[in-house]
Amino acid sequence: MNPSDRRYSKDHEWAQIVGDEVIVGITNFAQEQLGDIVYVDLPEVGSSVDQSSKLGEIESVKAVSDIFSPVGGAVTEVNQAVLDSPELVNQDPSGSGWLVKLAPRDASSDFSSLLTSEEYNELIENEAH
Amino acid sequence: MTSSLNRTALYDIHVNLGARMVPFAGFEMPVQYTSILEESNAVRTKGGLFDVSHMGRIYLSGPDSTSLCDWIQTNRIGNLRIGRARYSLVCNENGGIIDDTVTYRLDTNRYLLVCNASNRQAIRNWLDRWQKEKFPNCTINDVTTETVMIAVQGPHAASTMDELCPETPSNLKFFGSGEGIIDGCKVFYGRTGYTGEDGFEVILEAEKGPALWNKLTEKGMSSCGLGARDVLRLEAALPLHGSDIDLTTNPLEAGLGRFVKLDKDFVGASLLRKQNETGTTRKLVGLLPVGRSIPRHDHLIINNDTTIGKITSGGYSPTLDRNIALGYVSQDFTTIDQHLTIDIRGRLTDAVVSTLPFYARKKKE
Repeated sequence: MNPSDRRYSKDHEWAQIVGDEVIVGITNFAQEQLGDIVYVDLPEVGSSVDQSSKLGEIESVKAVSDIFSPVGGAVTEVNQAVLDSPELVNQDPSGSGWLVKLAPRDASSDFSSLLTSEEYNELIENEAH
Repeated sequence: MTSSLNRTALYDIHVNLGARMVPFAGFEMPVQYTSILEESNAVRTKGGLFDVSHMGRIYLSGPDSTSLCDWIQTNRIGNLRIGRARYSLVCNENGGIIDDTVTYRLDTNRYLLVCNASNRQAIRNWLDRWQKEKFPNCTINDVTTETVMIAVQGPHAASTMDELCPETPSNLKFFGSGEGIIDGCKVFYGRTGYTGEDGFEVILEAEKGPALWNKLTEKGMSSCGLGARDVLRLEAALPLHGSDIDLTTNPLEAGLGRFVKLDKDFVGASLLRKQNETGTTRKLVGLLPVGRSIPRHDHLIINNDTTIGKITSGGYSPTLDRNIALGYVSQDFTTIDQHLTIDIRGRLTDAVVSTLPFYARKKKE
C-alpha cells in the first residue's frame, strides 16, 4: 500500500527522491481520512519552504487541512493536473496525485527524520484504532 | 464528555458496509460509506438510504395534546388533518430557536413529534415543563430508542417503496403519512425528508430495521451517510439547527416566516410579532462564492472592509459543481446579486447573494 521507495512524515505526507528533486504528496491513509477532495492550494514555483512548515491546503467536502512539507527546499514544480482536478489525489495519492517537486536544501538530513514505509504502516495501524 | 456513545439498531449494518463511523449527537453514526459525492449523486439521480434513527421520535396523546403542540410550536397544528404532517419551529420566550420539528397528526388527540437528535433532551424538557404548567392532560412517550427511522430519498424512492409495500405509499402527497406492512412488519411512513428530493421517512420496530435496510439496498438504494445528508440539505437550503438556526437566531430572520403563525398564541409569539412589525436587522441569505475555497461556519462576510455578517453553512455542491453557502447578513445587503466578500481563513473571496434554494428538483406535472 505505502511504497517503500520513499519516506513518510507523521503528518501523512510522503517524499521521494528522484534525481536532484524530491517529489511530495499525501498518503493513501490521508486521502481516505479526508474523503472527497475538492480543492488543493499549493505554493508558487520558486517559493521556499522549511521542513514541517505549511506547504499548502487540501480541502475536502468535510473539512480543510494543512499540508506540511516533509523536506525543506524551493518549489520547482506544482502538479497542475491536481490543481485542475483535485480528485486525482483521492484516486492516485502515491502516483499521479503528487503535489509539488522541490529542490531540497539538505535531503539526507531531512530524510533521516522521516519514517520508512514499515514505520509509517505501523503508525497508521495505531491511528486507525 | 459522555463516556459511551449510543448505537442505532442499524450499527452493525453500517460497519459491515465499511462505513466510517463518527460521534454525532451522542450516537455513533455513519458519515460516509464510499464517498460523500457519490452518495449525494445517488440520491439526486436514483435513490439513497439514511439511518436517521438518532432523531427524536416522541408521541403526544390525550385531550391536551393539540393545545400543547400549538403552544410550543410556531406553525398551526390545530387545523392539521389526520394523516398529514407539518414543519415547525420550537422557540423560547425570546423567539430563539430551540429546534425545528415535524409533527404528524395520527388521530384527533395523537401526534408524533420528530426532532433533531442533538435537541431531543431539550425538547423533552420543554414538553415536560409545559405539560406540567399548562397542559396536564397530555401523555408524552419518547420511542426513539425502541424504533428505527430510515429515510428513503431520491427519484426512485416512491417506486421502490411501492414494490415493497402493498399499501402503495406513492399515493401519499408531500407531507402525508400512512401505515403499511412490509414483510409482515408494520411500518409507519411520511412523505418527508431532508434532501430536496422526493422520498419517505419510515419508522418501524428497532429489531426489524436491519432487514428493511437490506431489502431497500437490494432494490438499488445506496447507503448514504451524514456527509451526503449535509450536502443535499444545503443544496436544498434546508436549515440545520446548530449551524443556520439556534437559540440566538429567530425564525423571521432565518427566512422561515411562513412556518410562523403570528395570529395564534405560542411561546415566543409576542416577541416575534414585535420583530415582524419593526423588521429584522439581519437575514439568512444564500451566497455563491467564486473560486474553489469553501466558506465554512463562522467565516466573516465583509462589505467594503466592514464585517456585515457570518457564514452559517458552506460546502461544495456536486449537483451544481460550485461552492455554495448560507449566512446572516445585515438587512442592507440582502438584495439578490449583491456583491460581498467572504474571509476564508484570510483569503478574501468574492461572492454574490443568490436566490434560494440553490437546488430544486423538477416537479412532475
